Amino acid sequence: MPSLGADMQEGTLVEWLVKPGDRVKRRDVVAVVETDKAAIEIEVYEDGVVERLVVEPGQKVPVGTVLAIIRSDGEAGAGQKKEAAAGEVAAPAPGRSKAEAVTPPPGHEPAAPAPVAPAAAGRIKASPYARRLAAERGLALERLQGTGPGGVIRAADVAGGVAPEVPSAVPQQPSAAVADQGPATVTPPAAETPPAAEMPPTRDFQAGMRRAIAAAMARSNREIPHYYLGLRIDMSRTLRRLEAENLKRPIRERILPVVPLIKAVALALGEVPELNGYWLEDRLQPQEAINIGFAIALRQGGLLTPALLNADLQTLDELMAALRDLITRTRSGGLRSSELTEATVTVTSLGDLGVETVYGVIYPPQVALIGFGRTMEQPWAENGMLAVRPVLTATLAADHRATDGHRGAQFLDALNRYLQEPEKL
Amino acid sequence: MTEDRIKEVVLTILRRIAPEADPTTLGPDDNIRRTLDIDSFDALNFFIRLDEELGVSVPESDYGQLHTLAEIVRYLAARVQ
Repeated sequence: MPSLGADMQEGTLVEWLVKPGDRVKRRDVVAVVETDKAAIEIEVYEDGVVERLVVEPGQKVPVGTVLAIIRSDGEAGAGQKKEAAAGEVAAPAPGRSKAEAVTPPPGHEPAAPAPVAPAAAGRIKASPYARRLAAERGLALERLQGTGPGGVIRAADVAGGVAPEVPSAVPQQPSAAVADQGPATVTPPAAETPPAAEMPPTRDFQAGMRRAIAAAMARSNREIPHYYLGLRIDMSRTLRRLEAENLKRPIRERILPVVPLIKAVALALGEVPELNGYWLEDRLQPQEAINIGFAIALRQGGLLTPALLNADLQTLDELMAALRDLITRTRSGGLRSSELTEATVTVTSLGDLGVETVYGVIYPPQVALIGFGRTMEQPWAENGMLAVRPVLTATLAADHRATDGHRGAQFLDALNRYLQEPEKL
Repeated sequence: MTEDRIKEVVLTILRRIAPEADPTTLGPDDNIRRTLDIDSFDALNFFIRLDEELGVSVPESDYGQLHTLAEIVRYLAARVQ
């Protein structure tokens, strides 16, 4: 079970996408794992042949547990290459046949239409990834039985990898309770109403998400001596260029204002590489690739920071496409393990709701986080003249073990320079 | 196309964009972004879908006047073929 970030302690294997004997190449997706935060597609890092699947779908195991054994091409069967190092083999698999580990053939889905998971007012509690899986497989969520807390449908339920029995802690709603509930905002009469069962899954998902964020952020605040720098940036040149460009384009090709910001961050990091990397083993380890972790809020609460890989090498159009793809998969499931582990720096933009300044908490082991507030019209003095300009406050939160304020200032200065020369973005 | 039909299309799009939220609870004058917690990426997707479903291409400069269901339906009703 690979660590998919500083905030992960354990994960549930949802589904194997390979079987023993399959040949795999580096970067192939071999399994889906659900963490406290999301369902993630797990990639392998070496070419080889799958020898044995160790952990069964539905099992929750700690980080470091061996999930499967993959024989590297050079190893000729003798040596065994472990996909995820460390830790001894997982707890013995529950008494279920391996056949279940393989994706069930279409039509295999739990055909029990009897005690349909009741949903108040047509809202079915399901994880985002479960929704996507169900849609892909043409399964109606209504027909699936959720085995998550409070009956929430998890990806494993859709994949058929979890035993069908419902934990006794989860009260099955009598079908009478389903009858004709009003919209969620209507306060229903006490007794036979679903809210009791409605609340726990939400709370539980949030509890898991909060636990994960708590682990990473507590570590960050405990270990990282942050320093903060802020700079107000005149955005008129970049925005004018973007607006003119977007005007020429059909809606689906428009570029969001955050895209040139991300590109400018990536280029400025090229000039100040000490902010792009990790603090590990008591020293700064700058990274050559500039992979920008972009904070994406989830509507049900919490956030993920998947990476836009090699952001400095992409055009604005490519970055927009990559961002669109990343946000879509963050919210519907299907992020890849590399996207969660390869970010070298984080960008968070909170301007949508009018926040002016972001004071970020670094995501360890990274050494910097760049925050953007809202671009607002403000009085701006330049060359002895007063004008109104769209102004954005950019902040840098950086690890003082890795860099000093002078380096941080150089970074913000470079960022500003790129945003004043948008033709270079 | 009637305003009711337009409203139906708008709600269907919103439901697809924000499956975790519940657009049926949306009042005609509620701020949609705030009520459904829609960010600028969701908003762009919303306008893309509007274009696909109704053939109305909303220029960026008009985003600022479209905050509520009532405003959006009125805006679209004046432009749908």
